[in-house]
Amino acid sequence: MISSILFGTLLILGLGFFTYNALKVRSNILLGRDVNRSDKKGERWKTMLLVAFGQKKMFSRPLPALLHLMIYSAFVITQIELIEIFVDGLTGEHRVFRASLGAFYPFMISFIEILSVLAFIATFIFLARRNLIKVPRLNMREMKGWPKIDGNMILFMEIILICCIMTMNGADEVLLSRGESHVGLAAAGDLSFNFSISSWLGPVLFGGMETETLHMLERIGWWGHIFMVFAFLNYLPYSKHFHILLAFPNTYYSNLEKKGKFTNMESVTKEVKLMMDPTVDPFAAPAEGEATESQRFGAKDVTDLTWKNLLDSYTCTECGRCTAACPANITGKMLSPRKIMMDTRDRLEEVGNNRRKHGKDHDDGKSLLGDYITEEELWACTSCNACVQECPVNIDPLAIIIDLRRYLVMEESKVPSELTGMLTNIENNGAPWQFSPADRFNWANEE
Amino acid sequence: MSLQVPTMAEKMAAGESPEILFWVGCAGSFDDRAKKITKAIVKILNKCKVDFAVLGTEENCTGDPAKRAGNEFTFQMQAMMNIQILDGYEIKKIVTACPHCFNTLKNEYPELGGNYEVVHHTQLLQDLINSGRLALEGGATFKGKKITFHDPCYLGRANDVYEAPRELIQKLDVELVEMKRCKTKGLCCGAGGAQMFKEAEKGDKEVNVERTEDALETNADVIATGCPFCNTMMTDGVKNFDKEQEIQVLDVAELIANAADL
Repeated sequence: MISSILFGTLLILGLGFFTYNALKVRSNILLGRDVNRSDKKGERWKTMLLVAFGQKKMFSRPLPALLHLMIYSAFVITQIELIEIFVDGLTGEHRVFRASLGAFYPFMISFIEILSVLAFIATFIFLARRNLIKVPRLNMREMKGWPKIDGNMILFMEIILICCIMTMNGADEVLLSRGESHVGLAAAGDLSFNFSISSWLGPVLFGGMETETLHMLERIGWWGHIFMVFAFLNYLPYSKHFHILLAFPNTYYSNLEKKGKFTNMESVTKEVKLMMDPTVDPFAAPAEGEATESQRFGAKDVTDLTWKNLLDSYTCTECGRCTAACPANITGKMLSPRKIMMDTRDRLEEVGNNRRKHGKDHDDGKSLLGDYITEEELWACTSCNACVQECPVNIDPLAIIIDLRRYLVMEESKVPSELTGMLTNIENNGAPWQFSPADRFNWANEE
Repeated sequence: MSLQVPTMAEKMAAGESPEILFWVGCAGSFDDRAKKITKAIVKILNKCKVDFAVLGTEENCTGDPAKRAGNEFTFQMQAMMNIQILDGYEIKKIVTACPHCFNTLKNEYPELGGNYEVVHHTQLLQDLINSGRLALEGGATFKGKKITFHDPCYLGRANDVYEAPRELIQKLDVELVEMKRCKTKGLCCGAGGAQMFKEAEKGDKEVNVERTEDALETNADVIATGCPFCNTMMTDGVKNFDKEQEIQVLDVAELIANAADL
């Protein structure tokens, strides 16, 4: 009874606090400008299934993909066992599915155990990749400090989680063999759960222990497991690890256009049409219902970006595949597409917190451009789309880079001087170089 | 044989509407190296008796570098002017000699009212060969040569065209060797995003040097590409290693024109 109340309280607190934080993230994301991603539903579902659920893009790097798949599948399949833990926790039963599922039960738990062991191994390899082998993309400039701790912390949590599962099952196995498990004996002589790992690991680790101790260990495993699940869940909104949930909506709302197609700026189209149409009265009052609020060209801060750009930033798990493929970064320039995403998220957190604390018109005098991302980073981009191509969850750092460039160029006229020349040439000569338009066709008559 | 390059104005005056517009592009019109690629394409079009025309002096920059540099005003001004001209001539189909023009005309003009079927020259050449209009006989033989293809970002990743140029190269009876970074993983030459028109930001290497290393590793005799800007960058890269004698940088159109004895 007491444990049921305790469990219920943990459940409400765990889910409640997570919901609170998830809603905060949602409201932050909705600070972005609107963009329509409600079309082509079929293609969107397909993209999500292939890219997020099917991990398609991960497999361009087979080794980390395989290791990641071990952890991912263990995570997905363990959710089934979690249901049992919830029911047990609330009702005070012990392994409530064992009787009802019959022979399927040991199969299911065995499956989970095997995947858990694989995940356990993968986790250690991941820790080694981060801390011993020091895979370059996991140890770059922007990964110093919190991002590094964050990456390791998640892996440690996973290790503890798996240890708890194994302790719970192993101790229960030994208890059952002594006829002391709280699970009802399904049949006479039913002295093993027949779980693939814990049926031998349990006796090896816990065989020599007192029955009392085993009961305690089993409970520590059980409570430890569920506590870690809630801790993990509540850690997500503070961590790059949020990708395990956001990867799904983020791939669903992917940009389905060709990567080379940059967005068209409608606000500019309107002005250009005015300029090119001699019949339009430039001083005419705006038509009824037409938006008159002047919108900034491009993006200076996170609120100028679209909600999809912002969702991208929370979805980023800082794997660095984008940066490892970036020609600017490879050749030692300041630009790192991953840093663009991390900066966007960190600034968005700051803006969101400010608005909640000081009201929605609060201005802290800072902005994404300048305080987080420098002009030097932006001008190093070749717009080659390698970062977009590489991202396993379809994040688009290039869209943000271009929107920030647009602000620099169109609002502040801050253009590298050579580019000013190029732009003037296009406007005056119809070519990026200083050639006369009259000479454009000379090539046909030259030898 | 002199080049036959009719302009749209001439065609219109004669009451004709050509099958396809050849969009030459600024590099193809003004850059000495790129002009050779333009001429190679025209030779092939002439040889296959493709009914085409160019805009000549009526052509204008598509606005691509302006858009990539963040100047949407300049881009849209260019786009609107070009669309007026293209629509004036009732253009339906365009072939470009530059992946940047290709991408902009194909993907970014529709929202401004310009709707055309746009192909890259490697796609057109592939069609010409597959339909039997162009035969690769009697010309320079590349047999036994190693050729590597450098994917232009705006042809490959930006528009998913990876096979057309490769199929063309394979038609030459050569060994097509891939660089370690190719197709979706192809490394940029360093010119895109308006970088062509500015100094690179501070770093420890030029992008084209990094990319040229990839190409040199393959021991190819020819670096083939399909973009005048990639061509410039790779040519400079090869010069950087003093390898001009060992490795040539050629457009796929030039390879095909040579093979067809044009």
